[in-house]
Amino acid sequence: MRLEANKLRFRYDRRSPWVLDGVDFSVSAGERTAIVAPSGFGKSTLALLLAGYLSPTGGQVLLDGAPLPKKGLCPVQLIYQHPERAINPRWRLRQVLEESGSLDSAVLASFGIEAQWLDRFPRELSGGELQRFCVARALMSGVPFLICDEISTMLDVITQAQIWNRILAEAEKRGMGLVAVTHNMALAKRVCTSVFDLEKQEYMAL
Amino acid sequence: MKRHWNRRRKVVLYTVLMALVVLAAFAYGALIPESAAAPDFSQAKLPPSLAHPFGTDWLGRDLFLRTLKGLSVSLTVGVAASLISAVAAVLIGIAAATGSRAADGVITWIIDLVMGVPHTVLVILISFACGRGLKGLLAGIALTHWTGLARLIRAEVLQLRSQPYIAVSRRLGKSSGWILTRHLLPHLVPQFFVGLILMFPHAILHEASISFLGYGLPPEQPAIGIILAESMKYLSAGMWWLAVCPGLLLVAVVLLIDRLGENLRRIVDPYSAQE
Amino acid sequence: MNDKKPLLEISDLSVSFLMYDGSLERSSLQVISNLSLTVHPGEILAVAGSSGSGKSLLASAILGILPGNASVEGSMRYGGEPLTPERQKVLRGGEIALVPQSVAYLDPLMKVGRQADGHKKPRPTAERRALFRRFGLPEETEGLYPFQLSGGMARRVLVSTALLSNARLVIADEPTPGMSLDQAKEALRMFRDLADEGRSVILITHDIDLAFDFADRVAVFYAGTTVETAPAADFRRGPEALRHPYSRALWSALPQNGFTPIDGFQPYAGSLPAGCLFAPRCPLRTAACEAGTPPMRDIRGGEVRCIHAT
Repeated sequence: MRLEANKLRFRYDRRSPWVLDGVDFSVSAGERTAIVAPSGFGKSTLALLLAGYLSPTGGQVLLDGAPLPKKGLCPVQLIYQHPERAINPRWRLRQVLEESGSLDSAVLASFGIEAQWLDRFPRELSGGELQRFCVARALMSGVPFLICDEISTMLDVITQAQIWNRILAEAEKRGMGLVAVTHNMALAKRVCTSVFDLEKQEYMAL
Repeated sequence: MKRHWNRRRKVVLYTVLMALVVLAAFAYGALIPESAAAPDFSQAKLPPSLAHPFGTDWLGRDLFLRTLKGLSVSLTVGVAASLISAVAAVLIGIAAATGSRAADGVITWIIDLVMGVPHTVLVILISFACGRGLKGLLAGIALTHWTGLARLIRAEVLQLRSQPYIAVSRRLGKSSGWILTRHLLPHLVPQFFVGLILMFPHAILHEASISFLGYGLPPEQPAIGIILAESMKYLSAGMWWLAVCPGLLLVAVVLLIDRLGENLRRIVDPYSAQE
Repeated sequence: MNDKKPLLEISDLSVSFLMYDGSLERSSLQVISNLSLTVHPGEILAVAGSSGSGKSLLASAILGILPGNASVEGSMRYGGEPLTPERQKVLRGGEIALVPQSVAYLDPLMKVGRQADGHKKPRPTAERRALFRRFGLPEETEGLYPFQLSGGMARRVLVSTALLSNARLVIADEPTPGMSLDQAKEALRMFRDLADEGRSVILITHDIDLAFDFADRVAVFYAGTTVETAPAADFRRGPEALRHPYSRALWSALPQNGFTPIDGFQPYAGSLPAGCLFAPRCPLRTAACEAGTPPMRDIRGGEVRCIHAT
């Protein structure tokens, strides 16, 4: 399976400047690619386009040659940088997880999600714990591609290592394709097999 | 001591008081025998006293009991009209926020239009057009009070729709209907109740004023407006209690509901309440 | 370690909040407990710890801007004299400056160029322009309003504002998230310049690898208390040079070092364990650890709160 962006161009409306102008990018199942660039170069926009949250203004995003589905479970799932915005504050966390399917206790256990957290509300947990829920929710949907947009930038190093180690284990087990948007080169080198520099629009040697 | 009267306790207090008022108003119909409020010419035109807290009217009827009966009518009309209005407001608000740009534009324009007309006039016109009486009154109030809540609901839904977790839900395969019922409606329920409660005072006051003006309920039904209208004739005779007592009770009840609603709104949505 | 008198000395600081929890009961939430640290002139002290450890509250406590329901115990001395609320009012914004976490602290109605110049003593614009240039901010930035800045740009403006002030003590609360690596290094380099001028910087961050490179000393925060204070050089050398098991865990978890985390997560202020706060996760845990909070001990030129440290 292969996720690719062909000559991708994007801007928010006719009067805004182009955020992305002719980007070519691809990642296959089993590969892990990091996207790096200074802030303001459109890394998050690219992540949103690859996961189908935005429609390209020009060019295409293709999964195995076909555009991403507009309805139904999207085979490319995105995890945001700020978990508290990606979770309905009025829902209990059990509901949040069940939105992607029935609870998989193996996944929950591997992320250190305690049973007592399931009945709590998002405001009662910290950013690190909420992010575990977002990652678990994405993984439980069983999709082949995962896009992580700066998911550990706001977390401390230990939580960062915990979450990433588990993502890598799952990705390895299922042969998933992984895209990690980050500005931390050490993390990129540790987690990914290749690095794409969005500013220079080229793959870098690791 | 002041610390103890935090908002939650106030809400509890107001709710209890409100429950007492409702109980008193409706219990009258059930418990108190007709004879207690029957005309008794030997007791006519008495000012307030222990035996008759609101005094008696020109027919010798105890005004307090009569006012309570009137209150029950006013409350019923108020609640019914508000419910219709609030439900309509929610449906219209959601339709505006989730429909096409054109639909939203049309609905907003209609809201502005209705809000622009002085609504007492509008209520009178509508209840007149629907034939007077209970049906006309309900129609008049219901068709004019949905606008504020509709605007609020529309704003809430628009804001909710832009939240990332709604987009996530969609990407996880959920349909619009699912998102509406599971994500949006639970957020709206508190606003709905607060809006509903705040509508009651308006509805009740409108009922009173329309009936007072003669356009509303028939004079046989002792709504407070009717009572007040009738009492006008006797004011010059010095029977001040016929207007003041029911009037004060009406004001007190309306204020109570309003305070209850405002405090609830402060709890539910701290940024929009006006104190 | 220099022998000059410390600029800021905090001893046994505890901060707790009175909260209404769910019911109408009031309870006390201890967010900082028995915190001690010192900052000397001309040094950068990095305060490293995860979110929820109370490190941002430390900044508020020093400046005297904690919310109304906070209660503070312990003592703080600035320049040798006790730091009272009256003194805090005079010093903050002047001698003690803050680089805050979010753009919300900027005046939304004033252009950022003027804001960076400062209210009390506007610095010559040329210096501010040079600073903006060093940060890679384009010329037009000075004419923009705060809401027009991107996250990274906003951070750079905030840092510039503090650098331009005459403060003797700069407290930087998470100044680097959102910046690229080069920009972050540039910001820290400037804090280094400040320190070299004789001023002091408290750098609150969870980007600890950056902190190690630029700071003089590092104080490690966990669950509201300092567990270790050590020269930054020890952190660069590796886990054997470190004293506290948590510091070693932080080091090993870095992607460049081992990327191996320990299990578990930081306890909440409402459910702190008895005894050593780190004990539940600690590989060196013994029964003695649960007996009471370990005292700070001086070991090999640093301080540590662990009965097993060597």
